[in-house]
Amino acid sequence: MTTTIENAPEPTEEATRTPVLRSLVRQLGPALRLVLVATVVLGLVYPAVVWGISRVPGLSGHAEGSVSASGSSSLIGIDPVPANPGADPWFHLRPSASAPETATAGLGPADPSTSGGSNLATTADKLAQAVAERRSVIAGREGVAPAAVPDDAVTASASGVDPDISPDYAALQVPRVARVTGLPEAQVRALVAEATDGRVLGVLGEPTVNTSELNAALLVARPGLR
Amino acid sequence: MSDTAAGLLQLLVLLVLLAAAWRPLGDWMARVYTAEGHWRVERAIYRIGRVDPDSDQRASTYALAILAFSFVGVLLVYVIQRVQGFLPLDATAGGDAKGAVDPSVAFNTAISFVTNTNWQSYVPESTMSHVSNAVALAVQNFLSAAVGMAVAVALVRGFVRSRSGRIGNAWVDIVRGTVRVLLPMATVLAVVLVACGVVMSLRTGITLTAADGSTHAAAIGPVASQEAIKELGTNGGGILNANSAHPFENPNGGTNLLEILAMLLIPVALTRTFGRMVGDLRQGVSLLAVMTILWGGMLAVIWAAEAHAPAVTGGGMEGKETRFGIPSSALFADSTTGTSTGAVNSLHDSYTAFGGGGTLLNMLFGELSPGGVGTGLYSILVIAIIAVFLAGLMVGRTPELLGKSLGRREVTCAAIVVLVMPALVLLGTGAAVVLPGTSDALTNSGPHGLSEVFYAFASAANNNGSAFGGLTVTSPFFQIALAAAMLLGRFLPILAVLALAGLLSAQPRREASAGTLRTGTPLFAGLVTATVVLVSAITFLPALALSPIAEGLVATAQIGALP
Repeated sequence: MTTTIENAPEPTEEATRTPVLRSLVRQLGPALRLVLVATVVLGLVYPAVVWGISRVPGLSGHAEGSVSASGSSSLIGIDPVPANPGADPWFHLRPSASAPETATAGLGPADPSTSGGSNLATTADKLAQAVAERRSVIAGREGVAPAAVPDDAVTASASGVDPDISPDYAALQVPRVARVTGLPEAQVRALVAEATDGRVLGVLGEPTVNTSELNAALLVARPGLR
Repeated sequence: MSDTAAGLLQLLVLLVLLAAAWRPLGDWMARVYTAEGHWRVERAIYRIGRVDPDSDQRASTYALAILAFSFVGVLLVYVIQRVQGFLPLDATAGGDAKGAVDPSVAFNTAISFVTNTNWQSYVPESTMSHVSNAVALAVQNFLSAAVGMAVAVALVRGFVRSRSGRIGNAWVDIVRGTVRVLLPMATVLAVVLVACGVVMSLRTGITLTAADGSTHAAAIGPVASQEAIKELGTNGGGILNANSAHPFENPNGGTNLLEILAMLLIPVALTRTFGRMVGDLRQGVSLLAVMTILWGGMLAVIWAAEAHAPAVTGGGMEGKETRFGIPSSALFADSTTGTSTGAVNSLHDSYTAFGGGGTLLNMLFGELSPGGVGTGLYSILVIAIIAVFLAGLMVGRTPELLGKSLGRREVTCAAIVVLVMPALVLLGTGAAVVLPGTSDALTNSGPHGLSEVFYAFASAANNNGSAFGGLTVTSPFFQIALAAAMLLGRFLPILAVLALAGLLSAQPRREASAGTLRTGTPLFAGLVTATVVLVSAITFLPALALSPIAEGLVATAQIGALP
């Protein structure tokens, strides 16, 4: 390739007299060529290499969203709707801002084709009303006092597809799930324990109960729940 | 273990990792920007670009190169978004074609990504194709970061060189920053993120089955490659609307810490690079101390405020993910607004008055705690110049920094850098508030509604890109006004900084005399910190009093009035 130098070092006197616009135009050629090179290297090669490495066995499952054989993803959660609300066998997730409008205060299945939260302020009356409504619905469902319902149960997550609930909220749901499914409470508690993850390395993040895994385990124990 | 104790240990882990990386990364970057030789791959790039890598540019040439490079970037990003309908992978999770991005959104987004802001006035899942994300937006995530580093290094050269007037070669600085720093680090981080559970898929949607047997289409995409550079380059624009709150982008406490670390790594290590290049490591350490004090102080404010959120609205968990809770959300929020990243793992709009106010103030400091890649270093150097000038006025000493005297022209350049952002934020917010359509664009009313507008202009003018997401910004006014704030907030300071670099470089480097204020000392770090706080307090206190402070006082009064 022949190399013509377009932005050679300015001859000192000339450069100062060149109009700004013409100097700018002179830089556009190199700029365009370098942006195009960058587009190929950073926009095509770089993601292709990362994608290629993500195909390595052991990584590829995570890379495609951690979808299990049952079709559920352990990474994102969608709240199950009981066929008979009077006999509700499922562990429920947090409210979601993308739940259908028919759902009470966001207590319903998220729409995972998008993501996001309510953006309501902690001082917003609308949020206080939603929290109170969720609290009373959940307290009624679980047969406990409203004050016993933990914070994560009555608040919409940031993503709307948070698969996790706090260990407190899982424990709150154990008696109802055991009663409706007919499983012994100890067995349900054991399933919860299996779906519980501590903090990463003991200190990073918060302990969580993964509801996708937990409800899938319930289905294995009681295949007729659907 | 209580969540506070775990949170403090997590903070310790982060600080240890940063401390371990500071020296090798900082020294490496100093070598990158001072080495004489070119790598073979770089020579090939210079040949294709037809640039002379060995020419040493004046400030004016350097600035024009940066402007031309950014202008071409804006055009290309705009065009790719407008033609994405003809390119592959432009389906939503449900399988509908996304089609061309709307002109006003494409315009705003092109400016947003080229200015390292990554403000997103669109919902990615329904608007932006995988090709646009990877080929247009992620490329600018690299390049805008490389530009920021280049400008910072050019300013440092201004201090280093004596009677030169030249400040390096813009093309070389951009190429080296990309090839030797950003690309290798991003590749490693992306692979580690995939191994830790971040998604990297070429599919546009997957079908998921809920426990009840119902099926749902979920959005998915090539996340990990973009996630890595979006944090490392302090960009922040996600492939998914919920950004780093989405489990596909940030699935657990481990990835969360890695992403926080990635935002802070380069801005923090650049203080070492600075010290190395000027030949006095203490100078870099004192700037790092300022950054650490501001970052740590704001972390304490945000964390404490969120931990004491009112129970009646859910104890601070609205808009936060279970796996992050309050400590890991506060740490992310502080770091993403202290750097100019703007990625979020929780929704700042749903933070308490003082927690959300803390993230806002972090940006209003001028993005220097520790700031964006490059932008943080040049912003704090400019504040150091102001501090030296103020101290000089007070005690009658010659204002000089690192052997360069700070005369009228130098201080004028510094003052421009410091004043552009407040002017944009306050004028923009003021204009928005008096326009009739604005109140309909808000999710929240009262002082918090004002915060949503204030935050938007602070985020745009500081090239941060995070949002109080309740504000609907798709009206022509917001699209154009915020794009203007991003553009002017990015390039006016860059031009002033490069002019300053040229002026400093032309000066002889003097030996320190008895009249010289000693920099690189704890006293000087205190002086710079006080200058940051003073400048932003004087400028923004009235506006802050009407928004987060008013909201916080009302909330406190309500709690006090409860039976």
